[in-house]
Amino acid sequence: MSPASVLEKMTMMEGSKAFADAVKVCRPHVISAYPITPQTHIVEELSKIVANGELDTEYVRVESEHSAASVCLGASATGVRTFTATTSQGLLLMIEVLYNIAGMRLPIVLMCANRSVSAPLNIWNDHQDSISVRDAGWIQLYAEDIQEGIDMIPQAYLIAEHPEVRLPVMIGVDGFILTHTSEPVELLDQAMTDKFLPPYKPEIYLDVKKPMTLGAFADPDSYMEIRYSLHKAVEDSKKVIKEVAREFGKTFGRFGGDLIETYNIEGAETVVVAMGSIVSTLKELSDEMKSQGRKMGVVKVRCHRPFPDQEIYDALKDAQNVIVLEKAVSLGQGGILGTEIRSLFMEMEDPPRFSNFIIGLGGRDVPMNFLEMLVLEAEESPVPFKFVGLKEELLGGEK
Amino acid sequence: MTDNILASGHTACAGCGEALGMKLLTNVLGPNTIIANATGCSEIFTTLWPRTAWRVPWIHSLFENAPAVASGIEAALKAQGREKGIQIVAMGGDGAMADIGFGALSGMLERGHNILSICLDNEGYMNTGIQRSGLTPLYASTTTCPSGKDSKGNDTPKKDLPAIVAAHGTKYVATTTVAYPRDIEKKIKKAMEINGPKYIHILVPCPLGWGFDVSETIMLSRLAVQTGLFPIYEMENGKITSVMKIGKKVPVEEYLKLQKRFKHLFHGDCQCQLAAIQETADANIARFGLMAEAKKEPVPAV
Repeated sequence: MSPASVLEKMTMMEGSKAFADAVKVCRPHVISAYPITPQTHIVEELSKIVANGELDTEYVRVESEHSAASVCLGASATGVRTFTATTSQGLLLMIEVLYNIAGMRLPIVLMCANRSVSAPLNIWNDHQDSISVRDAGWIQLYAEDIQEGIDMIPQAYLIAEHPEVRLPVMIGVDGFILTHTSEPVELLDQAMTDKFLPPYKPEIYLDVKKPMTLGAFADPDSYMEIRYSLHKAVEDSKKVIKEVAREFGKTFGRFGGDLIETYNIEGAETVVVAMGSIVSTLKELSDEMKSQGRKMGVVKVRCHRPFPDQEIYDALKDAQNVIVLEKAVSLGQGGILGTEIRSLFMEMEDPPRFSNFIIGLGGRDVPMNFLEMLVLEAEESPVPFKFVGLKEELLGGEK
Repeated sequence: MTDNILASGHTACAGCGEALGMKLLTNVLGPNTIIANATGCSEIFTTLWPRTAWRVPWIHSLFENAPAVASGIEAALKAQGREKGIQIVAMGGDGAMADIGFGALSGMLERGHNILSICLDNEGYMNTGIQRSGLTPLYASTTTCPSGKDSKGNDTPKKDLPAIVAAHGTKYVATTTVAYPRDIEKKIKKAMEINGPKYIHILVPCPLGWGFDVSETIMLSRLAVQTGLFPIYEMENGKITSVMKIGKKVPVEEYLKLQKRFKHLFHGDCQCQLAAIQETADANIARFGLMAEAKKEPVPAV
C-alpha cells in the first residue's frame, strides 16, 4: 500500500472515541458501565452510538462499578458478548466481581483507562489500578498508543471467547495520555471485523431448555483443582494471544507484537522494559541514541498476564544492562514488573546488571531527556530499586 | 405434583424455613425461570459442586450482586430476543437484600427491569453463625448483638425493606411467610403477571438462628403474623391493597418465649423491652388494619 493510500484511511480522533468505535464494530450485545474519570469519554461515546441507533445493544446504566461488572457477568453467563470500561477506584470496587468473572470463565472484555489510586485522590495516569488486580485471573494487555488500543479490542474478544481460553480480558490504556488526546488512527472496517471476529456462540449459558447451575460452591475436595485449571488456562492462553495477534496482522495489516514487542534490541548493551504509552517515548529515545552510535533497545510488555517469561528472558539475556520502568509499586516490597523480570535471571551465571525505576505515578510527566538520564544512571551503576524524580523539598528530609 | 424445582436431597437443616420457602416459591414459578441467587445458606445447601438441587437455570456470583446479575440476564435475554415467557428472579437473604446488596437492589428496581426480587428473611446472618442484620428485630440476641449485663440484644428496629422497595415505584410488593402456601402461590402468580420490577418478602424462620425446635417452623411463622410483628400484605403502586387479617391478637410474649434469641427478655427486668416489642406489633396492626373486627379505615400510602 502506498503511503498516500494509507493516509487516506486515517482519521484524526480522540482515543476514547476511537476505542468506542472499535467496541461498536465488535457488536457487543450488552454494555454496562458507571462513570469515572478518565474512562468517561469511552462510555459517553458508546452511549451516543447506542442513542443514535448505530449499535443494537442493551446499555445498562448501573449504580456502581460493582454492579457494572455484575451486569456483564450475568449477561455473559446468558450467552452474549459484553463490554465495560472503568479505571482506578472503579476497578478497585469491581475487584470482587473481577475474581468471580475469571473463576466462572466468562469472556468479558474490560477497558481500563489506567489511573492512580487514592489516597491522595489523583485522577492522572499510572498503572497501580490494573496492576493491583494482576492475580484475578484476567488476561491483561497494555496498549502503547491509540491505534494499538483500537486493535486490541477485537483481539481481546477473539482471545477471550476462544474455546481453549474462555477467560476475561482487560485492556489497559493510559488515562488522559491515550484517552483524551487525538492521533491519526485507522478505524476498524465493519466487514473486516465481522470476518475477523465471528459472533459469540458459547456452549454453556443460562437457558430454560437446558437448565444448568453456574457458580456452585466448592469444598476443599475440589477447590484446588478448579483454581489450578484456571491458572493453567491463563498460562496456556499465550498460544492463542500470539495466534490472534498474527491473524489480526494478516487481516488488518498491522502487527505490533504479541506477548511482547522488541525494538532495536539486536546487539543492544542496554535494554529498557516498560508497558503502555511510555514505550513510544522510549522508542524515540532509542532511535535518537542509535543516531549517536549508542545501542539502547526497548522491550514492550504488551501482555502482562499471562506473564511472557520466556519471551522476556530471550529478549534480555544478551544485554549488559536491563532497566525496568514501571508506573506501579508493591508498597513495602518494590517494583512489581521489576521483581517478576529479575526472577527470570535467578539461574543465569552472568546475568545482566539490573535496575528498576518507579516513574510517573499520579501523572508525573516523564519527558524523553529524563528517560535518557535514567539510562545513563543505570549504565554507570545499576540501581536495584528507586522512585525517581522525587522532589526533596516536598519530602522534608524523608527520602 | 411433578418434580419440585428445588429437588430434595440438598443439605439444609431440618425445619429450615428458607428451604421450605424456596421450594414453595419456585414450584409456583415453574420451569421457565432463571434464578440469580446471592451467597448464603440457600446457595451453600443447594449447590455443593458437582451436585445441584436446582431444576431451573441458576447462577450464583457473589453476596451483594444478585440483582445486578439478574439485570444482566434480563438485558442479555432481551438482546437475544428470548425474554418472552421467562421469569427472571433475583433471590437472597435479608443480609443480601437489605444490607450488603441494598445498592444493587435499589439500582435494579429503579431501572425498571422485568425481574422478581425475593427476600428470604430469616432476620440475621444465619450462614455465618447468626449475626445481626438490618432486618434483625428489636431486642433479638445474635452473636454480634448478644444480650449481656449491659445489653438487651439488638437495640434497633427491623428496617422496613418492603416500604423502601415500594418507594422506588415498584408496582407490586408483597409479604408472606411459609405458614401460608396458598398465600405464596397467589402472590407469586400475581407477581408473574406484572411486567417490571416486583418484590416478594418472605419470612423464613431459622430453627438454629432463632433457637426453636425444628418441628415449630410453621407455628413460629404463624405466630409472627398473629402477633402483628410480621404483617402480611400486598402493596400495589404504593398503596396497600390487601392484608391478612388476624382473628385474635396474640400477645408478643407467646411468640418470643418460644425462641432462644429472646430468652433474656424473660429473665430480670425487661418489661420495657417487652412493651416496646408489643408497641411495634400494635403499630403494625394499626398501620395495616390487621384486626378482623377493626373498622375499615383508609390506609395511608407509604
